[in-house]
Amino acid sequence: MKVKHVIERVMNTVFFICGMVSIAAVLLITIYMVIAGLPAILEIGPIDFLLGQVWQSTAADPKFGILPFIMTSVWGTLGAVVIGVPIGLCTAIFLSKLAPPKLAAIVHPAVELLAGIPSVVYGLIGMMVLVPGVMNLFDLKSGSTLLTAILVLAVMILPSIISVSETALRAVPPEYEEASLGLGATWIETVCKVSVPAAKSGIAAGVVLGVGRAIGEAMAVMMVAGNVANMPGLFKSVRFLTTAVASEMSYAADGSLQKQALFSIGLILFIFIMLINLLLGRILKKGAATK
Amino acid sequence: MKLRRIFAIFTACALAASLTACGGSQDTESQADAGETSESTTLSGAIATGGSTSVEKVIGALSESFMELNPDVDITYDPTGSGAGITGAADGTLDLGLSSRDLKEEETAQGLTATTFALDGIAIVVNSENPVSDLSLEQIKGLADGTITNWKDVGGNDAPVVLIGREAGSGTRDGFESIVGVEDVCKYEQELTSTGAVIAGVAANPNAFGYASLSAVDETVKAVTVDGVEATEETVQDGTYKIQRPFIFVTKDGAEQTEQTKAFIEYATSEEVSDLVAQAGAVPLK
Repeated sequence: MKVKHVIERVMNTVFFICGMVSIAAVLLITIYMVIAGLPAILEIGPIDFLLGQVWQSTAADPKFGILPFIMTSVWGTLGAVVIGVPIGLCTAIFLSKLAPPKLAAIVHPAVELLAGIPSVVYGLIGMMVLVPGVMNLFDLKSGSTLLTAILVLAVMILPSIISVSETALRAVPPEYEEASLGLGATWIETVCKVSVPAAKSGIAAGVVLGVGRAIGEAMAVMMVAGNVANMPGLFKSVRFLTTAVASEMSYAADGSLQKQALFSIGLILFIFIMLINLLLGRILKKGAATK
Repeated sequence: MKLRRIFAIFTACALAASLTACGGSQDTESQADAGETSESTTLSGAIATGGSTSVEKVIGALSESFMELNPDVDITYDPTGSGAGITGAADGTLDLGLSSRDLKEEETAQGLTATTFALDGIAIVVNSENPVSDLSLEQIKGLADGTITNWKDVGGNDAPVVLIGREAGSGTRDGFESIVGVEDVCKYEQELTSTGAVIAGVAANPNAFGYASLSAVDETVKAVTVDGVEATEETVQDGTYKIQRPFIFVTKDGAEQTEQTKAFIEYATSEEVSDLVAQAGAVPLK
């Protein structure tokens, strides 16, 4: 009896400590990002930093304006969503409502596999296939453009959109669909007008997850976007928030304003991701409330 | 039952930890042995070096092998830029300043001495389909800063020029821009984060033009001659190839040098380290 009691206590503590580890990690990262990122923002000036259009971190007269990176991340993510969401949503509808079981058994694992491919592999294929492809197709002088990055990101966000939307579509109560069919609607009409609206909060969650992945992706876009700090244009070489940090970090001298500014970019990115997570939490809560 | 399993995992972890610890100590012992047998003098103490970020790889390789020979010597390197390295040597905060440019007149006037220990050659590479095979320094400048935007202006095809370079802070970029005289005005089309990526980028784009450390150039791209001089180890060593710069130790005249600093300078400029220097991507003196 007593031994059992002790085990109970000990295991309780073990679980408690494990739970605390992740909270501690989040807290530590947040505090560190703020401490490391704020000084440079204050030194450069928040307006010059956030709205400056020129980034020349190692010039004799350095300029630290990150508006090009912010706009690139926003446009890049938006572009990926515009291409990725329709494809992802249609795939999810197909898998959950239309596909014959045998075909679904092939497509489903393929989608899961897509999620498991490391981002460097996406980048590599983008670099070998898409960069020359975009260059030849649009007759550009260089294929490393925002468009190329958008295409890569669109494929990368497919798995999260598909799997979350599919789960949401499968969870739609069959009575809804049966009622619709009973009123004479065709199956496609039922799916589009009944199932999808009923699963909309789940679909929205999938889209937001995809946005989170797109905005946080560094490796793949670094390999295809060209990384020049231009204001974004579809056929221009661009640099994202993530790649701005990743590409200059290795050579930035310790304690220099350049390195501190890179941390500040990290902080801005961190805030972006936090906002997206908040949005996700709200969507999920709303979805739970309507059910 | 479960408790026992957890206990077993803990023991396994502890065992693994102690095993790696043992491995570590054995390593240091064998290194110490090697040091004793090959070097009879026993140097000890610290050498504080710092300066140019471009020399990081070379100085890392040199100090590692020097510390292997003299296990009691501890060499530190603080990558703060050539300017800071020279200032550090002048005001005595560093035993050795490292610079990837030669000293200016006003710096030698302060009583600083430069000792070259390696050279850095930067090759100009174009796509192998590009008919251009020779460029003057002036043409390279124009191609880089965007005053020449078409290859036909330098004797090539009617095609746009695409400059592929390295990210800000890279030693190769700093070297190229400072030697050619295009600091902060380059019109890059792509900024990549490694020499290998630059070469792959140039190999993939027929209009591309880029720069890379001499040692990294391979047959997938074409290195052009600069003012008629081919980029090779020999032409860098005899000074005829223009796009090169020295890696120097900066010391202050009259300042007392420790034994270990003297020995390290001697070691780094000796012929026995040429292979190490070449492996680190620079051109040895001889």
